[in-house]
Amino acid sequence: MTDIHTIGDYQTAQTLETFGFMPKMSQDEVYTQITYIIAQGWTPAIEHEHPSRAFNHYWTMWKLPFFGEQDVGGVVAELEACRRAYPDHHIRLLGYDNYTQSQGSAFVVYEGRS
Amino acid sequence: MAVKTYDAGVKEYRAMYWTPDYVPLDTDLLACFKCTGQPGVPREEVAAAVAAESSTGTWSTVWSELLTDMEYYKGRAYRIEDVPGDSESFYAFIAYPIDLFEEASVVNVLTSLVGNVFGFKALRHLRLEDIRFPIAYIKTCGGPPAGIQVERDRLNKYGRPMLGCTIKPKLGLSAKNYGRAVYECLRGGLDMTKDDENVNSQPFMRWRDRFEFVGEAIQKAQQETGERKGHYLNVTAPTPEEMYKRAEFAKEVGSPIMMHDFLTGGFTANTGLANWCRDNGMLLHIHRAMHAVIDRHPKHGIHFRVLAKCLRLSGGDHLHTGTVVGKLEGDRQSTLGFVDQLRESFVPEDRSRGVFFDQDWGSMPGVFAVASGGIHVWHMPALVTIFGDDSMLQFGGGTQGHPWGNAAGACANRVALEASVKARNEGREIEKEARDILTEAARNSPELAVAMETWKEIKFEFETVDKLDVA
Repeated sequence: MTDIHTIGDYQTAQTLETFGFMPKMSQDEVYTQITYIIAQGWTPAIEHEHPSRAFNHYWTMWKLPFFGEQDVGGVVAELEACRRAYPDHHIRLLGYDNYTQSQGSAFVVYEGRS
Repeated sequence: MAVKTYDAGVKEYRAMYWTPDYVPLDTDLLACFKCTGQPGVPREEVAAAVAAESSTGTWSTVWSELLTDMEYYKGRAYRIEDVPGDSESFYAFIAYPIDLFEEASVVNVLTSLVGNVFGFKALRHLRLEDIRFPIAYIKTCGGPPAGIQVERDRLNKYGRPMLGCTIKPKLGLSAKNYGRAVYECLRGGLDMTKDDENVNSQPFMRWRDRFEFVGEAIQKAQQETGERKGHYLNVTAPTPEEMYKRAEFAKEVGSPIMMHDFLTGGFTANTGLANWCRDNGMLLHIHRAMHAVIDRHPKHGIHFRVLAKCLRLSGGDHLHTGTVVGKLEGDRQSTLGFVDQLRESFVPEDRSRGVFFDQDWGSMPGVFAVASGGIHVWHMPALVTIFGDDSMLQFGGGTQGHPWGNAAGACANRVALEASVKARNEGREIEKEARDILTEAARNSPELAVAMETWKEIKFEFETVDKLDVA
């Protein structure tokens, strides 16, 4: 019999889709995911949005997608620049897959303080 | 030109329908049947009989055949092959001219190909193994209402399989309690939940009440998690009129998706509903009750790869494919063979996966493969490897059987899924390293730790009944 005093209470969380249930990624882990995106032949891109508008399909693009970018460090530098410019915004990294006309990857790297 | 005269009586089928020199046209519909004839009947005669009975022929010559061009309309048996490891059966390849079939009608195709011929006395068993649909025919079909790419965009799900579960107990809950179970799963981290196929509109829970409570559950879970959610409201109904009535209301309560049982409901209903969903911006999840009656016997019936192809043409955005690792039948290579047919734009012939023909799908949207039945967190790395990102992984007991309840069970599955995807992206061999990956993830998730403890001993190790034919 399950003892009601030993079971946990699951608290609903704002989880922002893919990797929302993982602990916050370290720099190295973000670096590895960017490496994966580039290795798949996808185009890295950054989007940001204020948490109050995060449910919308469209977030604001940071510059343009980084077409042809092969340097992971370059993408990391842009993530940091976006974060400095919008410290209170969620910032997500995408990998555009032009073959499927979809995003092969998309996850929030930095959560803004709402 | 030879003069044709009417010669009444019974002829051998092979005189007209066995044409080993025939080179199939790009527009022909091709079929591969596994035939097991009665003892003493030559293979060519059996193959020709199947071609005849599934196209223009009947047992006796009739005078009115001379009023048309039978050479244009007849099906042709054009090749016979041994079945590896089986001396009593053989494969018969048959080509059908495209004009034998009404456009956009898998109903018409199946009525011909798996109609009377299956009861034919000269055969002991007959199994339709594969169909090559010509691209010219595929272009006439509507197919999935949305397809994989559109569904991902609508629901904002990228870079991973989606997670779902069937609400249990499958029968008997009141509508309000049922909506509670849905809400708990969705708030805990599942993307979608599902009506059990048995749930239609029974006395304990009428469909309209269920739809209303589930609609509220979806909206609340979306607001609280910030993620997009859905529940497959089952609109399978006794009549098409009733089905459309339920479909309208599913849209009205704000679910992005509904579901239909394509075999028990039938292809006519399914195709109509898929068209309705396309017109109304709704996604369509397809269940496959009754499939094992048709596809499980290795020598008789229709292989599921054919039913899967027919469903992609008839229309559906998700289709159940089995899990390979769970409680239900499914050989790995064979499953991968028909999963390709659901998702890819071109699938080459590959006998090691039971694929008998090249199949060009053209621009037909893809269908998510659904793995459901007896799976739990320990299976997650294997499921991600087998099914890849374009899949819907459904854990019914594996979510709601969690000692802390549905929300914690959902969370455990979501953590296991994301840990598997993250590790795969990092280049790790997640099937081999499953234990390490899950154990690491459980350090930050007491929900996953409890789930791993609960299901550590559960396995479903039985031999597959319907195996691929190999020597």
